[in-house]
Amino acid sequence: MSARRRLLAWATAAPGRAGALLLAPGALVLVALVAIPLLIMAGTSLLERGTYGGVERALSGAAYARALEPLYLRILGRTAAYAVATTALCALVGFPMAWCIARAGRWRGALLFLVVLPFWTSALVRTYAMMFLLRDSGVVNTLLRALGGADRPLHLLYTPGAVLLGLVTTALPFMVLPLYATLERLDPALLEAAEVLGARPWARFARVILPLAAPGLAAGALLVFVPTLGALLVPDLMGGKTMLLGTLVQGQFGPARDWPFGSALSFVMMGLVLLGFLLRRGPGGVAAPAERVP
Amino acid sequence: MMAPAAPPPIVEFDRVSKHFGATPAVRAVSFAIQPGEVFALLGPSGCGKTTTLRLLAGFETPDADGGTIRLAGEVVNARRPYERRLGMVFQHYALFPHLSVERNVAFGLEQARRPADEIRRRVRAALELVRLEPDTFGPRRPDALSGGQRQRVALARALVLEPRLLLLDEPLGALDLQLRKEMQLELKRLNRELGITFVVVTHDQAEALVLADRIAVMGGGRLHQVGTPAEVYEQPRTRFVAGFLGEAVVLAGRAAWRPGGLGTVQRADGSAFTVATPAAPPADGEVEVALRPEWLDLVPPGQAPAGENALPATVEDVIYLGETLHVLARLADGSPARVALRNEGRPVPWRRGDAALLVWDPADGQVLVP
Repeated sequence: MSARRRLLAWATAAPGRAGALLLAPGALVLVALVAIPLLIMAGTSLLERGTYGGVERALSGAAYARALEPLYLRILGRTAAYAVATTALCALVGFPMAWCIARAGRWRGALLFLVVLPFWTSALVRTYAMMFLLRDSGVVNTLLRALGGADRPLHLLYTPGAVLLGLVTTALPFMVLPLYATLERLDPALLEAAEVLGARPWARFARVILPLAAPGLAAGALLVFVPTLGALLVPDLMGGKTMLLGTLVQGQFGPARDWPFGSALSFVMMGLVLLGFLLRRGPGGVAAPAERVP
Repeated sequence: MMAPAAPPPIVEFDRVSKHFGATPAVRAVSFAIQPGEVFALLGPSGCGKTTTLRLLAGFETPDADGGTIRLAGEVVNARRPYERRLGMVFQHYALFPHLSVERNVAFGLEQARRPADEIRRRVRAALELVRLEPDTFGPRRPDALSGGQRQRVALARALVLEPRLLLLDEPLGALDLQLRKEMQLELKRLNRELGITFVVVTHDQAEALVLADRIAVMGGGRLHQVGTPAEVYEQPRTRFVAGFLGEAVVLAGRAAWRPGGLGTVQRADGSAFTVATPAAPPADGEVEVALRPEWLDLVPPGQAPAGENALPATVEDVIYLGETLHVLARLADGSPARVALRNEGRPVPWRRGDAALLVWDPADGQVLVP
């Protein structure tokens, strides 16, 4: 019997084996590239720092104690605030975008292509391009000066606003795409039904569109919020003195040479995010039970 | 002498037109609907019946110079749907999937900001009206209901607001035959009990005949005829109406009219028949005359009854339909004629190839307008 036949026979001999076989490649990659590095980091976070980077073989909780100091908790809080703001702004900007694309008829494909177009360039290049726009001698300031609007350059780059702009620009497609997927399936007859029943535009949005788009909104929020927490490029390059978690952690593995502390910071943030999701099982998961007439 | 004052129509379309881009969807359509009647818009897909309903609901507005729509005497061309106080049952019901049956039915009352206890009371009453037990079905989600139950919820959701007019878009199209018959009777009952005017869009002529007090037959964006089911079936005005409702045998020829008497239609193959001259006869010339298969009979050659029309024909086929037999015959000029005979339990007297005479009462022929 050939090896292929034997594999086939094994896979079909017991229920579940075929599924296991199909999952195996993905599982291997995840174990090798996610689980093992996480374990290494978990171990690292519990050791003592080596003078020139690396770690000493001595168990210690010092890194966690330090991560919970007010200075670093403030950075964690600030990072969370940026992530929340980015998510909110993405939802605010992305909802009308997704709505228009879903209703754009034959232009739909072209517009969706434009949404994913930024992925075709490197994030680094995109970030530098934004810096070219915003810096003191950048496109915006040059234009303003040419129009006589400002005699001194406006400081746009290296401000919280610049960081927020960068984060929103980077994350927006992750909000638009899942929202588009839910809005595109929304039956227009539902809106007409609501309209005949007396619902004005705002009521149609609040009572029909928003609840039906909730799963897409939740998925988009997740896809924006989590990567933004760990964002590195934008806060590092556009943020100047505003320290966010991504830059802080990177610093520990770079110039500060404190691997245990960097690992501990990462785990503290991961713990907080997981806690957040466990506490708040909102839309996106199981649909809320049917409401009853009060 | 004064005619008794007719109640004002609840709906009036006065030469209403609607184009989508350069494509005309509804062309100068005029009709009036009386309070309390069931009015059917009947036609094949693309005939403009759905656009007409959407114009009435307010989802579409007539062309800038496209006539006027009146609801209870008031011009509503520019009124939004939520300002028109009418109910609508959508083709696929359009129930809100994220709301329970109760909340679906309560939706309109909540929009109108009625007090909670009034909403609760009226939702129950509306569900009972459509024969859904409120405690059983109220908390369910639409996706846990059968097609017929969804239909009832859609009806309750529209009727709970006590609209002056209920629009139904292909209301029975998604149901199977048995349920269809049941809901037809149910709709008639609701119309009788509530006295609300119903406007039904359908492509199914049988449904229109069963449901409607009056039928508007549409084709190609035009209104071809409005009348009671008997009128549109027995006196079709155009060839389109004759062909769309039931079967029709259409005979063409050159007519010579005699006001108040029988006109003569001379056929191309040399035969001729007579037909009652219409009240407003068209100019002498080419006409078409429509007949229903059940008005026609076949007799052996030479046995035409006195005073009846008789055209020579050849039997081509006999179709057994149970209640009736259809004999497909061909006239001398090659035009087809379908004759419906009552099945009287005797062997069919006609065989393929038999020579026969197609006979009918001259008063039955309906002169069509081009």
